[in-house]
Amino acid sequence: MASLELKQLVKEFGSGASMVRVIHGVDLQVNDGEFVVFVGPSGCGKSTLLRLICGLEDATSGDILLDNERVNDKRAADRGLAMVFQSYALYPHMTVYQNMAFGLENIGTPKAVIEKKVGDAAKLLRLDALLERKPTQLSGGQRQRVAIGRAIVREPKIFLFDEPLSNLDAELRVSMRSEITGLHRRLGATMIYVTHDQVEAMTMADKIVVLRAGKIEQVGSPLELYNRPANKFVAGFIGSPQMNFVPVHAGHGDTIVTAHNASFTKPTQTRPASGTELTLGVRPEHLSLQAADGALALPMTITGVEQLGGHSLLYGTLPGAGGKDGPRITAQVAGQVSTRIGDTATVYASADTCHLFSTADGETVVR
Amino acid sequence: MSPIKFLTRTRNGRSLDWTDWMSYAYLTVGLFLMFGPVLWLVASSFKTEAALTEFPPSLLPYGQKAVAVPGEEKPKPVYRVKLPDGTTKELPEVRRIGLVATHVDPAKPEEFIRVNVNDREPVREFRLATENYTDLAGKLKFGTYLWNSVFITVVATLLTLLFNSMAAFALSKYKFAGRKGVFLLILSTLMVPPAIVLVPNFLVISELGLLNSLWGVIWPAVATPTGVFLLRQYMLTIPDELLEAARMDHASEWKIYWRIVLPLAAPALAVLAIFSVMWRWNDFLWPLIVLSKNEHFTLQLALNAFQGDLVTQWNYLLAMTVITLLPVTIVFAFLQKYITQGIASAGVK
Repeated sequence: MASLELKQLVKEFGSGASMVRVIHGVDLQVNDGEFVVFVGPSGCGKSTLLRLICGLEDATSGDILLDNERVNDKRAADRGLAMVFQSYALYPHMTVYQNMAFGLENIGTPKAVIEKKVGDAAKLLRLDALLERKPTQLSGGQRQRVAIGRAIVREPKIFLFDEPLSNLDAELRVSMRSEITGLHRRLGATMIYVTHDQVEAMTMADKIVVLRAGKIEQVGSPLELYNRPANKFVAGFIGSPQMNFVPVHAGHGDTIVTAHNASFTKPTQTRPASGTELTLGVRPEHLSLQAADGALALPMTITGVEQLGGHSLLYGTLPGAGGKDGPRITAQVAGQVSTRIGDTATVYASADTCHLFSTADGETVVR
Repeated sequence: MSPIKFLTRTRNGRSLDWTDWMSYAYLTVGLFLMFGPVLWLVASSFKTEAALTEFPPSLLPYGQKAVAVPGEEKPKPVYRVKLPDGTTKELPEVRRIGLVATHVDPAKPEEFIRVNVNDREPVREFRLATENYTDLAGKLKFGTYLWNSVFITVVATLLTLLFNSMAAFALSKYKFAGRKGVFLLILSTLMVPPAIVLVPNFLVISELGLLNSLWGVIWPAVATPTGVFLLRQYMLTIPDELLEAARMDHASEWKIYWRIVLPLAAPALAVLAIFSVMWRWNDFLWPLIVLSKNEHFTLQLALNAFQGDLVTQWNYLLAMTVITLLPVTIVFAFLQKYITQGIASAGVK
C-alpha cells in the first residue's frame, strides 16, 4: 500500500550532442490503492516513466517520492515495487514454483514462509496444478499469471505492469483484463499499468495518464477524458473508432462554419474572433442519420461500409475545396443500413456533442 | 529407418542411378581415407613387436602360436615342421642353434627332433597382443601421465569456463566506458600467432616459479579470446529483462551471473567445454616447454618420450597412442551435435 508522487521528473539518454530528452518534467500524483494507466502512442516515454519509477533507470533530475520518501537513489530491489514485464521475463530454466520463490529466497525468507506465500498466490491465480512446470510448457495466459504471481508473493508497495497483455491473443486479452482488475479489487493494491491500447486504459483504469512525447497531456478518469478531452490529441487518442476532425472557422456570433459552408450555432466561453481557424471534433458514435434541429449536417460520399449487425460503420469523405475530397469522416450508426459505396449520405451532429479545438495549438476551445 | 535401409538408399528409391554409384564411390573412398589410418593404428596396436616389423604386413594382428612345454618356463613358439619321414606336424621349438632348430612333441617331451630351419614355417593364429596395453601400466608411470593429462584438462577447462563466462557476462550485459575497446582488445589477441607469445609466456611462468608444475600449463591457457567471444555472442541473446527481473527480485550481481546467466548460457558453455577439452588434451608444445621432469609429463609428452633415440618400442607406442585418442573420440562421439552448433555459431575450430 503506497502512494507515489513524481515531481518535475526528467530523463535524458546519451550525452553531449547525441543527448535525447525522453521525459520532460513530469508531475504526477498516484494515490494509495489507485489503478493508474499510462497510455500513449509508442515512443511517448510511458515505459521509460515506469522504469524510472521502479528504479531500472536513473532519473536525470526531479524527484520520485514513495510514501513521501525520496527514493531516487534507492536500488530497484530496495524500493519495494514489483514489475510485470511485457515479455513476462520468467526464468526459463526454473519451474513455476522456483520462479515465484526466487525473490523471496534472495531476501532470506524461511522456506516454510516461501511455501505458504507461493501456495497462496498460486491458488489466487489458479496455478496450483502448474507449479512444477517450466515456463516453456505453459500457455501465454498461464505465463502471464506466473509473472503476476511472482509480483504478488513479494507483497510490493506498488505493482507495475509494462504492457502485460500485448503478447496475448484478443480473446485472452479480454479475460486477463478483467482478471487483473479483479486482482486489484481483491488486493486493494496500488497499480500502475502501461499500455498503448486505449481500450485497456478505458476499461481498467481509475485514472488515466495520457502521455505524448514525454509530456503528460491529461490526467483524469476514463469518462472525463472521453467527455472533456483537454486537447485534440487526447480527443483523438481516447475513443474507438477515432474522433472525426473537420476544419472549420468561427463565423459571426456563435456560429461555426465548415469548409462546405454548412453552419451551426455553438456557444463558446471564449468567443474566437470571426474567421479564426478551428477544428471541429465529433465522435463517430455521436453522428446520426436523422436530421435534428440545430444539428450540423455533414454530407459524406461513402467510401466504405462495415455492417456489424448491431451497428454499422460508414466511412466517407466530406466535399472539399475545389471539388477535391475533403476530410475523412467515420460514422457509427445504430442498426443496419442499406447505404452502398459511392452513395451520398448526410449525417448530423448535434451541437452539444461537438468539440472545438484551436487549430493553432490543438487546445480545446469548448466542448 | 533400419540401418541397412538407411545405408542402401538410392536416389530414385529403386535401382542404382549413376549418381548413386558416384556418391557411394566417393563416400567409400572418403571413409577409407579418413578411417583407414585410425583402423590401421588400432589393429597395429594389438600386434606383437615381431608382427609389427614383419614384411609384408598383415592387416589383422596375427601372432605365432605358442604352447607350454613341460620343463620349460615360457610357452614355446609352434612351427609346422616337415619331419624326416615326409609328414608334417605342429611342434614347439625349444631352442635353435644356427640353421638347426630343436623341436619337441609336448606329448613326448623326452624326445627331441632336430630339423633344418628351412623345413619348417611358423604356425600363425589370430591373437590380440593385449599385453601391449596391460604391460603399459607397469612399464612406464602410465598412471601418472594419465593423471597429469586428466588433471590439466579438467582443471583448465573448468577455469576456462569460469573466467571466460565472467568476462563475457561483463562484456555483454554491462554498459561501461571502454566496453567496445576491451572487447576489441580481447579479440585482437586472436591475431597474434601463438609462437610469438611463447617466449614471453615462458618468462612469466618461469618468474612465477611455475616451471615443472602442472599449474604452469593450466594458467596461461585459461583465458581464451575464442571462449570470451563465443560466450559473449551467446549471452547477448539472453534478454535484459530477465536480468532486470532478477535485480528487482533482490538478486545480487553475482547471483544474477550464477543463477540466471550461467544456466541459460549452458549450450555455449558446452561448446566451449568441448573445445577446451580437445585443446588441453591434445596440447603438446606448451607442456613440452613447461614440463621437463618425467613425473610431470602428460600423455602427449610421454608418447614423445617413448620414441627413443636408438630403440622405439612400437607396440607400446601404438597402444599408448590409441589410449590417448580415446577421450577426445568419446567427447566427439557424444557431443558432436554441440560441436557443429558451436562451429556454426562462432566460426571457430
